[in-house]
Amino acid sequence: MRLGKIKINHYINYLLIGVLTIVLGSITLAGGKFDNSLLFLLEKMGFNIILAVSLSLVVGFLGELSLGHAGFMCVGAYLGGKVAALLVPSLGNGLITFSIALLAGAAAAAICGVIIGIPALRLRGDYLAIVTLAFGEIVKSLFQNTSDESFGGTLGLETPRFDRNYLFIIAFVLVLITLAVVQNYIRSKHGRAVTAIRDNEIAARATGINVTKYKLLTFILSAAFAGVAGVLYSYSNYRVQSAKFGYNYSIEILVMVVLGGMGNINGSIIAAVLITWLNTWLPTKLTGDLAVLQNLLYALILIVIVIYNNAPGLKGFRDKYNFGALAKKLIMRKVDPSRINDDKAKWDVVPTKISMDEILSVDMKQQEVYTDRKRGGKD
Amino acid sequence: MAEYVLETKGLGISFGGLHAAQDVNIRIKKNQIYGLIGPNGAGKTTIFNLLTCVYKPTAGTFYLGGEEMKGLTPDKINQKGIARTFQNIRLFNNMTVVRNVMVGLHNRPEYKCSVLESVLRLPRHFKMEKQMREKAKELLRIFDLEQERNSLACNLPYGKQRKLEIARALATNPKILLLDEPAAGMNPHETEDLAKTIRFIRDHFDMTILLIEHDMGFVSELCDELTVLSFGTVLAQGETKTVLQDPKVIKAYIGG
Amino acid sequence: MEEILSTLINGLSLGGIYAMIALGYTMVYGIAKMLNFAHGDVIMVGGYLIYVFMATNNPLLAILLACIGCVILGVCIEKIAYKPLRGASPLAVLITAIGVSYLLQSLAQIVFGSASKMVTVYEFGSVQLLGCTIQVSSLVTLAVTVAVMVALTMFVKYTRMGRAMIAVSEDKSAAQLMGINVDRIIMVTFAIGSALAALAGLFYLLKAPNVFNTMGAMPGIKAFTAAVIGGIGSIPGAMLGGILLGMVESVSYKITAIAPYTDAIEFTILIVILLVRPTGFLGKKRREKV
Repeated sequence: MRLGKIKINHYINYLLIGVLTIVLGSITLAGGKFDNSLLFLLEKMGFNIILAVSLSLVVGFLGELSLGHAGFMCVGAYLGGKVAALLVPSLGNGLITFSIALLAGAAAAAICGVIIGIPALRLRGDYLAIVTLAFGEIVKSLFQNTSDESFGGTLGLETPRFDRNYLFIIAFVLVLITLAVVQNYIRSKHGRAVTAIRDNEIAARATGINVTKYKLLTFILSAAFAGVAGVLYSYSNYRVQSAKFGYNYSIEILVMVVLGGMGNINGSIIAAVLITWLNTWLPTKLTGDLAVLQNLLYALILIVIVIYNNAPGLKGFRDKYNFGALAKKLIMRKVDPSRINDDKAKWDVVPTKISMDEILSVDMKQQEVYTDRKRGGKD
Repeated sequence: MAEYVLETKGLGISFGGLHAAQDVNIRIKKNQIYGLIGPNGAGKTTIFNLLTCVYKPTAGTFYLGGEEMKGLTPDKINQKGIARTFQNIRLFNNMTVVRNVMVGLHNRPEYKCSVLESVLRLPRHFKMEKQMREKAKELLRIFDLEQERNSLACNLPYGKQRKLEIARALATNPKILLLDEPAAGMNPHETEDLAKTIRFIRDHFDMTILLIEHDMGFVSELCDELTVLSFGTVLAQGETKTVLQDPKVIKAYIGG
Repeated sequence: MEEILSTLINGLSLGGIYAMIALGYTMVYGIAKMLNFAHGDVIMVGGYLIYVFMATNNPLLAILLACIGCVILGVCIEKIAYKPLRGASPLAVLITAIGVSYLLQSLAQIVFGSASKMVTVYEFGSVQLLGCTIQVSSLVTLAVTVAVMVALTMFVKYTRMGRAMIAVSEDKSAAQLMGINVDRIIMVTFAIGSALAALAGLFYLLKAPNVFNTMGAMPGIKAFTAAVIGGIGSIPGAMLGGILLGMVESVSYKITAIAPYTDAIEFTILIVILLVRPTGFLGKKRREKV
C-alpha cells in the first residue's frame, strides 16, 4: 500500500468524518448528551454535505448546471416523510421504518432524475439550467397545492421525528455512504467517461462513449442522493414545507459547490460545513435588516470565486497564486512530472475552460460561399 | 468476408437543397492508406461526418466489412470499428494524457467492468484499471508520449496533441482509422515523422487508414489510392500516381 | 362574454410586460450569448429608481432618470462581472450572473429595507369597451411594447450599429476581424437591454404599484420562458412568446381548478417547448460544427 499525497487526499474525507462519527457516536451511545442546537447543526451539516457532494457530481464532473437540486430533495423529503408517517403505526419509529422511507425517498427522487435527465440529453448549458430551475419550481408548486390529507398543502407534511440524540449518527453514516458511492463512481472508468463528456461531448461520442447512458446515470445518482438528503431533512424537522425547497436553497447548494471548487469533492464538503455553520451563526449576529448581509456574502462568493477561477485574463495571476503553487513553495519541493506515479494524477482538476465550441452553422455558410464562387467562375 | 473494409455506395447529403456531398463511391481495401483530397469546402470533412454518423446521409449508404452502417449513432459506429480524429483537435483537455487514452479503451470487451463493480470496488475494478493503464502506457510509448502521460492534454504542444488524438482513436481498436488533416499546422520535419508513424500504425496494428490531407507531398508519398473531391462530387479516383497526373485534378488545384 | 374579453385584455397587458422583459433577454442572449440572470433584478432596480425619482413629482422625468440609472447599472454589471469572463465556459458566466442577481436583490434590501414600497406613477383611469372595464395602462403597456419591438427591429436591420450586432451574434471573432469593436457592441446591447428593463419596471408598477426587492425574480424567469418560446435571439419571437405566456397565465388564473398550478403550467410549457422545439417558434436552427 502506497500512501502518496493524493492517495491521502482521496481518503482523508472518509477518515475525518468516520473518526468524528465514531467519537461523537460513542459518546452518545455511552449516555452522553450534546446540546440540542449542536445536534441540529450536525444533522444539517449531514444533509448539506450530501447535497453538495451530489450536486458536485452534475456541476463539477458532468459540467452541467442544475438549478433545481432542492427540488429533488423536496421530492425525497415528502415521499420519505409520507412513507415514514404511514409506517410508524405498524413498524414503530425505528431503523426499519427509516430504511424503507430512505429507499422510497431516494427512489422517488431518482425517478425525477430520469425526468430531468432526458432533457439533459438534448439540451446543454443555459437551456438545461433553466429546465432544472423550472423543474424545482414545478415540484414546489405541486406539493404546495396538495390536499391536507395527502401531503398537507401549504401547511406542509407532518413527519415522524427521530430521537435527536441518534439522528446525527445516521446522517453521518449516510454521508460516508454517499461519499463512497460518488467517489468510487467518479474514480472509475465510468467517471472517466463522464469527465470526457464534460470536456468534449463530440469527441467522447466519437470515442464510443455512450453519452445517453452516462448523462442519465449521473443525473439519477445525483438526484437519488438529494432524495436521501431530503429524507434526512424530514426526519430532522417536524414539518416538511415545500416553500423551503425553492430556488434560493438550490442556489445555496450551488454556492457550496462553487466555493469548494467545482469538481473538488473535499472542497464541497468543507464548503458545505462552513456554509451550514454560517447559516446558523450569522443570524445570531446579524439581526433585523442586517440579516440580508448573509445573502450579500453568498452573492459575492459566487461572483468573486467564479471570476477568479475562470477569467481568461487572470490566468497568469492564477497560476502564480493558487493553493497548489503556494503549498509547493512552502514545502520547497520540486516535482519531476515524469516521476509522479500514475495513481497521483489529478482527479480533482478544476476545469478552467469547459470547451463548448461556439455553436455555429459554419458548414452551411462555407458551402454557400463556395457555390457563389463557382457561379462567379462560370461567368 | 467482404473484399473491402469500407465501401460507400452513392453516399450523399444535402443541406437545404445544397449538395455538400453527392454520389460518393469509395472502396477501401484492407491495409490500405487511402487519401481523400480536394480544395477547401470540397466536402471532405462532410464525408467523415457521414462515415461517423454525425450527419445522416440523404442518399446512399455505406458498409463496414460488408455490414451496412447507415443510421447508427456516433458512439455505436465507433464501437463497430470506425475511429476518427478531428480537424480542429478535440481532446479531453482537463484530463491527463494517459486518461485520454484510457477513455478510448472504455468500450473494449476485454476491459469490461460494470458500474456496480466499480462502485463496490470489487477486485475486477482494480484489475481492469491496472490493465487499462498498462495498455494505455503501451500505446503512449508507441507515440513517444509516455513521458508526458501525467500532464494535462491541453498543456501538450500542438504536434503531440495530434499524436494523442490518434492514440486515443487507436485505443478503441478500430477496423479503420479516419484521420482529418493529421499534418495540418506541422513543420516539414514533423510531417515526415507523422508519415512514418502512420505507416507504422498500418503495419503494427494491421490497420486500414483513410485520411484527409492538403499537403500534396505528404499524400503522394503516403497514400496507395486517392479520391479527389470537388464541390461535393468525385473528380477523380484511383491509384495515387495516375490521379495526381489527371489534368482535371491539376486544374482543380491550380484553379481554372 | 365580458369575462372572456377582460381575461384576454388582461392577458395582453401581462403579455406586454413579459414581452418587454423578454426583448431585453433576447437581445443580450442573441448577441452576448449569455443568459443574463440579473435582467429580472434590473427591473426591480428600475422600479426602485422610479420610486426614488417620483420625488420630483414628474412621472416622465422619473422614468427618464430611471432608464438612465438602469443603463448605467447594466453597463457596469457587464464591465465588472461579465467582461472578465468572456471566453470562459458558459457555466462560469451563468453562475456569475446568478451571483449578480443575488447581489442586486440583497443590495436593494439593504438600501430600501425589506418592506415593499407603494408608488403611483400615473393614474390613467379606465375605459368601457363592449361592457367591460379596461385599464388604460394596459393599453399603454401594449402600445409601447409594440412600438419598442418595431423600433428594435428597425434599429437592428437598418443602422450600422444594428448590423454590427447581427455580425457579432453570428460570429464574434469574425466580426472582430472585420473591424467591429465587439466589446462596444456588447456594451450597447446591455445598455439597450437595461433601458428595456427600466420600462418593464414601469409597466409593472402601472399594474401593481408595489416595489420590493424580489419583484424581478419571478417575472424575469418567466420572461426568459417567453423568450425561449418565441425563439431566443428573435425580436418578434420575444413579443410573440411574451403575449402567449401572458395569455396562458391570465386564462389559467381564471379557471379555478388549475389556478394554483399556474406557475407549474407555465414552466411545463417551457420544458415541453425546449424538448420538442428548442429553437422556439421563430428561432433559427444552429448546428455545432464538427
